Amino acid sequence: MKKELSDNIGRRNRANGWFRSLVIAGSVITIIPIFLIVGNLAVKGYRQINLAFFTEPAPDTFQAMMAASSGEIIPGGIANGLTGSLLMVLMASLIAVPLGLMTGIYIYENSTRRYAAFIRSLTEILQGVPSIILGIIAYLWIVKNITRGYSALAGSVSLTIMMLPLIIRSTEETMRMIPVTIREAAFALGTPYYKMIYKILIPVSFSGLATGILLALSRILGETAPLMLTALGSPAISLDITRPVSAVPLLIWDFYNDPNMVNLVWSASLFLMAFVLSMNLLARSVASKHKYI
Amino acid sequence: MAGDRITKALLFISSLTILLLSAGIILSLAGGAVPAFKEYGIGFITSTKWNPTAGSEEYGAMSFIAGTVITSILALIICIPMAFSTSLFIAEYYRGTRTAGILRSLVDLLAGIPSIVYGFWGFYALRPLLVSTGLTDQGFGIFTASLVLAIMIVPYATSLSAEIISMVPSELKEAAYSLGATRREVIFHVVIPSARSGIIASFILALGRALGETMAVTMLIGNANIMPRGLFAPGNTMASVIANQFGEADGLKMSALIAIGLLLFLITALVNALGKMIIKRFA
Repeated sequence: MKKELSDNIGRRNRANGWFRSLVIAGSVITIIPIFLIVGNLAVKGYRQINLAFFTEPAPDTFQAMMAASSGEIIPGGIANGLTGSLLMVLMASLIAVPLGLMTGIYIYENSTRRYAAFIRSLTEILQGVPSIILGIIAYLWIVKNITRGYSALAGSVSLTIMMLPLIIRSTEETMRMIPVTIREAAFALGTPYYKMIYKILIPVSFSGLATGILLALSRILGETAPLMLTALGSPAISLDITRPVSAVPLLIWDFYNDPNMVNLVWSASLFLMAFVLSMNLLARSVASKHKYI
Repeated sequence: MAGDRITKALLFISSLTILLLSAGIILSLAGGAVPAFKEYGIGFITSTKWNPTAGSEEYGAMSFIAGTVITSILALIICIPMAFSTSLFIAEYYRGTRTAGILRSLVDLLAGIPSIVYGFWGFYALRPLLVSTGLTDQGFGIFTASLVLAIMIVPYATSLSAEIISMVPSELKEAAYSLGATRREVIFHVVIPSARSGIIASFILALGRALGETMAVTMLIGNANIMPRGLFAPGNTMASVIANQFGEADGLKMSALIAIGLLLFLITALVNALGKMIIKRFA
């Protein structure tokens, strides 16, 4: 009897140990890809990154072939992609940030109403829409009817639709963490409703809102699929919103399809990843430094 | 007060844009899909033909629906053990420790890497590895796409699962420990049963992510507009056929692609709604 029991506990302890090792092994396997990806891109991509990489537009395939065959680094860079990305992301933020903040505040302020709950559900659905579909939408709305051709405007519309639900959700979630007592104190002092929103709600939740905006920006900066159907890409630096422009992820796609440009893809990917990840980290550090009061 | 009224009106109007946007998206997709459904009827969904040659044009969505569903489910199957062990690591074994925090940030970083970078990395780093195993000649295909997809959706499944596992009341766990249960037994007999629906929901939401993923899949799946014939055979997904062919499409082909977009929209909305419903019931 005693032996049976001790056998049993031995087996249970062994199973316990095995399972723990399995969990640790599984966790290690999960994070291996991040080291592989970062390491791979850093080793193969750093050589092309110099001043020209940021100031010159993408080379044509002939220049790249000549450079590659003589073993030199490929001339040119990603300036046309950088300006295009900045242009479209800036336009998208100008619309999506204020609109998203206001809608988020509306949902939070009216959370007991059915209409607000309905808007929240719609926002959740919008957030789940695959980005390529937003590309189709911006194509149908802008490329076909307004700019009559691929354009930066169409690209930024697709990015705006993508960014909007992200901002709305983060705004509402941030607001919900503000203690009700602060609002009540403001109202008790006779603060009008609109002043309570502009002078209390928004400043108090500022770091949370900033985190949400930065995370949304880091999401749309790396977005490629909708831009393929809308902004198309352009070999030259262009700031005309009615004409096609390039973007860093679009350049990666172009380089990827051109065997002469392989070295540039590594660098462009390294740059895009570093940029997006540092934005991500910045967002998280903002969030952790300024905890809501 | 005027300020109050203006503020309230502004907030309400901005909420209307969401309403208009949602209605506009559905109407535009449905409107664009009409010619394709008029031409082929409901058979558009079940047909596996895809022939863009002028004169004998024929379009059907089934090969792409199959490609999407197979890659996403395979990705989910690969993702489950990874996300499950990571969430147990974060929310149970090393809960609240520095190690868990670092692991969590690393997994979150995976979510920050752009899709096209995953695709490119998969193409140049992962594909040769798969070719060297001898299972596949070119390295393109369903399995390669699913493997990269799995890495991409791990962070979504992990963060939600971890949150739900950490919500299991410690009284329940302590009761089991006091009866002499080992940690593994507590996990299998207390933690998992009480967090089950939430964990399932987190995997359903991760599946919703996988269904719509475009660039990485496009670069790795081999882009063959046919029913996939095996794990290592090439295929195409709904998102990647749109990405590949939309640029040069017009007329009936464009309508067929928009119709595929509409179907993709409906499938992802359905999967996401299911996940959200389970989560809401859990909370």
